[in-house]
Amino acid sequence: MQSYRIKKINFTDVFMWVVGAALLLLIVVGSFLTLQEEKYTAVQWFDLAVFGLAQGSVYALIALGYTLVYGILRMINFAHSEIFMSGAFIGYFAASSMQKSGFMQENPLLGILITFFVAMTTSTVLAVLLERIAYRPLRGAPRLVPLITAIGASFFLQYVFRGLFGTHNRAYPEIEIIKGTVPISGDFQIQKIQIVVILAAALMMALLVLFVQYTKTGKAMRAVSEDKAVAALMGIDVDKIIVNTFALGAALAGAAGVLYCFMFRIVTFYMGFIPGIKAFTAAVLGGIGNPAGAMLGGLFLGIFESLGPTLFLDGLGIPAPYQLKDVIAFTMLVMVLIFRPTGILGERLSKTKA
Amino acid sequence: MSSIQQQNTFDWKKTLQIGLIGGAVGVLIAMVGMVEEFNKRDIIAGTLTMGWTILSLTMLVTGLFAARAAASNASSVVGSIVAGTIFGAVMSILVWIVDKYNIRDILVNASPTLVKHLTFEKGIPNGLFMLIGLGAAVGGLGGVIQILPENIRRAISLGLGIAALLGLLQEIIQVSLANFEGASKAVEWMFGKGTEKGLSLAGAILVFVVVAAGNYLWTGNASKISAGFEKLPQSSRKSFRWLGYGLLFLALIYLPVVLGLYLTEVVNVTGLFILMGLGLNIVVGFAGLLDLGYVAFYAVGAYTVGVLTNLSGELTLNLGWNFWLALPIGVALAVLAGVALGVPVLNMRGDYLAIVTLGFGEIIRILALSDFLKPHIGGSQGIVNIPPPGFLDVIIKTPQTLYYLIVAGCLLALFISSRLRDSRLGRSWKALREDEDVAQAMGINLVATKLLAFATGAAFSGLSGSILAIKLGTIYPHSFALLISINVLALIIVGGMGSIPGVFVGALLLAGMPELLREFAEYRLLIYGALLVVMMQVRPEGFWPEATHKRELHAENAEPQAEGGAA
Repeated sequence: MQSYRIKKINFTDVFMWVVGAALLLLIVVGSFLTLQEEKYTAVQWFDLAVFGLAQGSVYALIALGYTLVYGILRMINFAHSEIFMSGAFIGYFAASSMQKSGFMQENPLLGILITFFVAMTTSTVLAVLLERIAYRPLRGAPRLVPLITAIGASFFLQYVFRGLFGTHNRAYPEIEIIKGTVPISGDFQIQKIQIVVILAAALMMALLVLFVQYTKTGKAMRAVSEDKAVAALMGIDVDKIIVNTFALGAALAGAAGVLYCFMFRIVTFYMGFIPGIKAFTAAVLGGIGNPAGAMLGGLFLGIFESLGPTLFLDGLGIPAPYQLKDVIAFTMLVMVLIFRPTGILGERLSKTKA
Repeated sequence: MSSIQQQNTFDWKKTLQIGLIGGAVGVLIAMVGMVEEFNKRDIIAGTLTMGWTILSLTMLVTGLFAARAAASNASSVVGSIVAGTIFGAVMSILVWIVDKYNIRDILVNASPTLVKHLTFEKGIPNGLFMLIGLGAAVGGLGGVIQILPENIRRAISLGLGIAALLGLLQEIIQVSLANFEGASKAVEWMFGKGTEKGLSLAGAILVFVVVAAGNYLWTGNASKISAGFEKLPQSSRKSFRWLGYGLLFLALIYLPVVLGLYLTEVVNVTGLFILMGLGLNIVVGFAGLLDLGYVAFYAVGAYTVGVLTNLSGELTLNLGWNFWLALPIGVALAVLAGVALGVPVLNMRGDYLAIVTLGFGEIIRILALSDFLKPHIGGSQGIVNIPPPGFLDVIIKTPQTLYYLIVAGCLLALFISSRLRDSRLGRSWKALREDEDVAQAMGINLVATKLLAFATGAAFSGLSGSILAIKLGTIYPHSFALLISINVLALIIVGGMGSIPGVFVGALLLAGMPELLREFAEYRLLIYGALLVVMMQVRPEGFWPEATHKRELHAENAEPQAEGGAA
């Protein structure tokens, strides 16, 4: 219905197009100047791109949680970033105690799997509790109400973790088998850990797709996200499916937490905020409610953010461009929402604009 | 809690469940360190600490819930005692574990001190029995309170609440009353000799009795008194009201004299939050646009004043303007930023708006921190050496002088927003909040209305930021973290969205109180978060709700709302 309406061209549209064009020009000129200077070698660009891909895989895993829940409840689960953090946090205790006892050195593969299992279980339990306590009583409330609840829950969880586990930084143990690099050709090489992250994320996303497409629960989830009332009439227990969705998203976030910490190692109670908001950006970028979009959006955002500051800003003579990577990510979010609010792949739910 | 159904038989399962949940909450309170930290402060000197107050309150609420799950009065009390006992037992298990095993590597607060606190320093078996006994007693008390008639229950809870509040604020009351000769005797009696913190036992009982009895009598006669007021002729009602305003005004003028330096500072911080709250109330409360980047305008106001007036000589601009000249420019730039944010988000629906505004707030903060803009606005070192302005012959530097500036700002914002509320524009905002499509169909210009909401909100925030700049004399990017936005949002929600008196209530609770209880700053956001979650479930309209909003949230046949909407 929307698209058939004849739009009047008004001042605000013109303004936005001018801003968009200016940004685009900035990007093109900046990239051109940077490349012309030849300050960076091909190896450096390659490293940045691979790093971006690894980071993007983590964003994609988290973004799936946002997108799955949004698809069903039309609600931004703000506390999802804390679900991610909780997995990383409790996974740390598993990993470090195994490291101390020497188990990790003897059975590294099993140790890593146990870390994942602990993290994913923690996240899942926390998400299910959160849904039960905070969100379920609010079904049917005006939309601002669950959103504010989610913001509150996010801060509550963050500071509960701070209270429980203290404020000092903790570092994940270094695991021998995922240290070092793999040579590709010439000077090009990839860090092992980045390969692990990319592969693990890809595996998990593949499993998710299979789950959503082919299992009974997955089909029920899609049905509920299409129309809750009709799904209930078809004999689907909507509440149960919602819990499953939360659990599924949370398990992915817990895994993402461990992968993130394999890369960056430091665990803190506030570590969820920035990846969480980036992942949400990724979900919107790909078209919220659309799992494939979330994956694509995550990867795109990761690479964009990794290459962007150097590529666009360095040539313009801006000092320390890496500090501005978050600005680039958020600006892109705004631009996407203005010019293509349904995201790259288009929102599966765009018709029922809530 | 209407969802808990009344049942005819005693429901063991439910009671057990409630007891376990309560116990888990108690364990959480202990493990995040609140018991230990809060035990440093007494509510009743030597008798009751704040940590125990919080734990007992949890027990009491557990008892209340357990009693509600039961049907008859007798089974209510039994149920609440059982639930309280389970609460105590869960806590005892925790204490036993903490005492036996060293888990401090993981849970930093599982310390021997905690064990000592929770066992009343009586050692392991005896202390644990006391803990369980206390759980049973306080839980049972909750059950008894639950079966009392409504008006007595309210009187008791209000009495307990006010007594706790006075105990908490003892230091402040003592300091501010110290200026009055005659009051010192009474203060000494109520609060002890001043070496201990908190009320004296006798003082606590007195406060409780007076407040409870007063409330009981008031609820009995309130309707009579207000009816008497209604009966008065129009003119004398009006003069009563003006008398009230006059007294309030006098009180406002004399407040800093009474309060002294520290408390005036607290009031000033609260005032800055009120100013921001009034602004965000227009954006979120009136127009229903959830803005999480509100701190950005605060930053714009503060930085503008900082850049224009500073004399540090380290920035590219070294104008050294007068504050009164910079202030309107700060506000104007904030408005401009408000419109600049408003234009791109015009067509966005509610939850996207939240994320984009949040991103906007972060962009401003990161830009302020970056090396890129460092020559102009100081980067992470911020702007130092912002001179205090003068007004006539007075230099506005001390909290007392700043107080008047802040009060003037608040009064201006209060005047503007209360006049706007029922104006044509205010009604358009509310229409927008309820349903955008219908509002547009009614001939409301969405673009102008939304932009005006952003602009007005930003203006108040900019004003608040400008005052902050001279209040601190220095500006750092870290003063403009997301937490400020969340703080302002929380205070609006707690007070009541769209309600102007609610902003004052919320600011006193969420900006004033934490400022007074500085030692608990660590738990500030934990409590905010929990408060937001609980408020949304129990009282989403806030403590001082706006009439229409309350009606809407409590409508019997409320349909699932679809707001936000397409443009």
